[in-house]
This record gives sequence, structure tokens and C-alpha cells, in this order.
Amino acid sequence: MIKVENLTKRYAGQTAIDDLTFEVGKGEIMGFLGPNGAGKSTTMRILSSFMPPTSGRASVAGFDVFENSLEARSHLGYMPENVPLYNDMRVIEYLDYRAALKGVPHRRIKERVGDVKELCGLKDVEKKLIGALSKGYRQRVGLADALVHEPDLLILDEPTSGLDPNQIRQVRDLIKNLGRQHTILLSTHILPEVEMTCNRIIIINRGKIEACDTPENLLHQMRTATGVTLEAKTGQDDGAEQLKKIAGVKDVTLTSEGDWQIFSLRVEAGAEVRPEVFRLASDRHWAVRELSQRKATLEDVFVEITHPDEA
Amino acid sequence: MTKFFTLLSREIRSYFYSPIAYIVLVFFLLISGVDFYFQISFMNQRPVPYSVEEAFFNSVFFWFAFVLIFPLITMRLFSEEFKLGTIEPLMTAPVRDWQVVLSKFFGALFFYVVLWIPTALYFIIFQAVTHQPAAGSSGAYFGAYLMLFLLGGFYLSIGCFASVLTKNQIVAAIISFAVITLHFFSGLISFILVDISSGTRQLLGYFSAIEQMGTLSRGEIDTRPIVLYLSLTIVMLAFTYQAFQTRKWKL
Repeated sequence: MIKVENLTKRYAGQTAIDDLTFEVGKGEIMGFLGPNGAGKSTTMRILSSFMPPTSGRASVAGFDVFENSLEARSHLGYMPENVPLYNDMRVIEYLDYRAALKGVPHRRIKERVGDVKELCGLKDVEKKLIGALSKGYRQRVGLADALVHEPDLLILDEPTSGLDPNQIRQVRDLIKNLGRQHTILLSTHILPEVEMTCNRIIIINRGKIEACDTPENLLHQMRTATGVTLEAKTGQDDGAEQLKKIAGVKDVTLTSEGDWQIFSLRVEAGAEVRPEVFRLASDRHWAVRELSQRKATLEDVFVEITHPDEA
Repeated sequence: MTKFFTLLSREIRSYFYSPIAYIVLVFFLLISGVDFYFQISFMNQRPVPYSVEEAFFNSVFFWFAFVLIFPLITMRLFSEEFKLGTIEPLMTAPVRDWQVVLSKFFGALFFYVVLWIPTALYFIIFQAVTHQPAAGSSGAYFGAYLMLFLLGGFYLSIGCFASVLTKNQIVAAIISFAVITLHFFSGLISFILVDISSGTRQLLGYFSAIEQMGTLSRGEIDTRPIVLYLSLTIVMLAFTYQAFQTRKWKL
């Protein structure tokens, strides 16, 4: 469905994306993860034919986004970040207009708009001015707009940004449902969402692909690089400094909860540091109330891969 | 083509949804009305060698209002879309760049024509009340409105180009105002500078909107200004199209 080969985009001396190559197959839900400024939106804008690449090729549904831009655009539904909409139109007017613009045949417009209205839960607000809608509803209008012409592929740029947890859940379920019939590429930095909805993930950092795999595989690779938690009273000692000295410990973060200090240790892959930690604590006569190991989560994978001072 | 009309109808509707349209309409009609009143009052005092219609289309008031409305009509055309980011969903829909550019221009032109329609009332009322013709000939009306249409089209295309250059509406308004006023005032040079040769005066006259309006509003339909303004408009729209293609994702 999406094929990207050696895609590069440079502007004003900066390289936004550098030699990206990946594919998204039909029916997949692909998550596009990365820190802010990594190049996710840029890639999506190139795929949606909004801007041309500096070099490389990209194709959507078999149509090159530059050479066959119009065909490519008719096969995809795109929802940009921050969902820009015309505030002076009513929801239903906007959707009718967008359907016509996307080539939905005139006699089918009413039907299609009705369908997406149902699907995205917009029936109650259909006569409201878009400028008067809350963020959650605006997002739904954006999604309805992306769906109105029955595209095979959906490209969603941060579809849940700014939504409250209820709304996030609703959008997530909607996306999961849509995934049954559409191919979806969505970008986000909300990791639990990705774990729940996506078949595969691409992690992009500073314009380059750092990882491209299923969540399970990525976690598996990271299985041994985990975190250790120590809750102790270190008295006068600077616990973090001391813990950092232990071989295999990459980083220590400290949060205090009353008298007790909670240390989160990031540990190198394969290193078993708990015995050392225990020995340190008992040598220094710290009172220990918890020493545990956390299983890796996608967040660990993300931080591991995109951490700027990765050892 | 249907997409062009979809875009066009949306552009026209958006004019009438915005308060600016009504402000421009009121401002413009107010000034035209006052102008017409003054012209008639003046004519009441002494006989003049020109018709009511000529007086109206060649007065200072008229030109003043005329030049001011263009930045107001066109400033938001592209700038607003760039500012709000709505250019992104627009250009990722399967529409062509020229459809977008031309629909905005023709939307503005449509609004501009609507602006002028009420002025025809002035002459109709005059004739109904005084039972005298307001113009030297019926061709004079045609000439005057034709000149307005042509010059208006050109100035609107300048406004479109200015709007494509920036996402700030005020900057777009200022750029178009500066260019339009410069063009307009270059037409006055032959009236202001007394000691220029007759050859130069004639040359400047070919480009002077004021002189051209004078001719056309008397009913002399000269094809030269027609060709001039149509070509200039096409050139400006071509520039707008080019600028749009390269800037749409940068702004």
C-alpha cells in the first residue's frame, strides 16, 4: 500500500528525513513513533503529496506521489496534525464540500456523508459551526473528512493529540475498527496506544529509521534490557551516585516519597545488577523496602533507541 | 471542471460568511452614494459638458474608493489558508493547483461584480426621476462598466499574487495596496507633469487608467485597454500560480 524508497527531505540546510525506506502492506496498521521533530509529519506530508521530496521515491496504492499525485491522493485519506478546518462552515456543509472535492459522485454524497457521520458520532453536532466545536469533535470531523471518499489507506498525524482519556479511548477503538477494512499509518508519541492498536511500528529519530518491527519483536529484543527499582532510605548517602557506579547500570533517576527514596535504574541488556544493588545497600546500611525488576515496555524501547546520550 | 465549481462556490460562500465582505460593501456604497450626490449637486449649480454617468465614473471620490477596496477583498484569499493550515487538507485532496488559484480569483471577481451592481440603480433612479438620460449614449454605460471589470480584474489579480506571498493578511493588503496605487498614480503623471513632450504624454496616456476610463465612459469602446488589462491579468495569475506551487508547503 505504501512504498517508500530512499526518501530524503532537506530544507534550509537541515535534513528533516534522511534516506528512509519502508513498506506498509495492505490491511496493516502501522505506527510511526518518534520524538518531536523526528520527521514523522514531514514523511506524512510527502506521502500525502503536500510537499515533494528532495530525493527518493514514495508511492501510495501503487501510484507515485509525485508523478501520479492526483491518483495517489484519491486513494488516501489524510488527517493533518492539529486538524485544520474551516471555522466558518457547518459540519455537514464541510463534509458535503469535502466529499465533492474528493470526487465522490454527486448522487452518492448524501449517503457517504451520512455513513461517516454515523461512524464518527457526529449526528448531534452536524448543524453546528466548526468554530464552535470542542477539540474532540474537531478531531472526529477530521476523521470523517478522511473517510468520506472510502479510501483504501488512511494517514493520520497524531490523531489523539490534545484529547482527554475518554476521547482517546473512543478514537482508539474507532481506529481499531477501521483497521479491519483500511490500511492505516498513524503517528503518535502515546506508546500504550501504539501497543494496543498497531501491527507494526517504525521508530524514527532525527530523520532516520531506528527500528521497524512488530511490538512483540521489539520488546523481545529489549527483554533483557530492563529497569530495576529500589526503594530505600539512604540516610546521608547520595544513593544515585553510588548506584551509578555499579557495573551495568546506565542511569539512575530518583523520586522521593516521604522519607523513602525511589530509585529507577536503567540497566544494560543482559546485566543482572540486583545482587550488587543489594550488596551496596547492605554495606551502606540502607533500609530497603523494595528491590524489583520491571519488564520492558515500549516506552523503554523508545527511550533506549532515541536517547541522545545512549552509551 | 466540477471540482473547479465546487471550489468556486465555496469561495463565494466564504465571502458572504465573513464580516469583511459586508464592511467593504457598506463602505463602498456609502462613498459611491455620497459621490453621486455631490456630482448631481454640482451639476445643479451650473451646466457642464459631460453626462451624469461620466461625472460619476471620473470623479476623485470614485477613484479613491475604487483603489482601496482591492486589498480588502483579496488579502485573505491565500494568506488565511496558509495561516490556519487549511491549505494542507485542501492540497492533499485530489484537486489541481490551477483549480484552486482560479477559483479564488473568480470568487473575488464575482464578489467585486456584486459590489458594483447597486450603482446601476443610481442611473436608473436618475432617469426615472428626471426623465433625462444619465449618459451620452447607452454605449457609455457599457464602456464604463467594461473598464471597471477589466481594471478590477487586473487589480484583483495583483491582490491574489500579494496574498500568495505571505501568510500575514496585513502584509498582503499592504503589498497589493502599494502596487495598485503605484500603477494607478502612474496614470496621473501626464496630468501632473506639465513640461513633458507630447510624445511622452501620449505614451503615458496609453497606460493611464484614468484616461482610459475617460474614453470608455464616453462610449468610445477602445480595444487597446481591453487587450492590455486582459493580458496583464493573465500574467499576474500566471505568477500567482507559480508562486502558489512552490510556496504552498513552505508557508
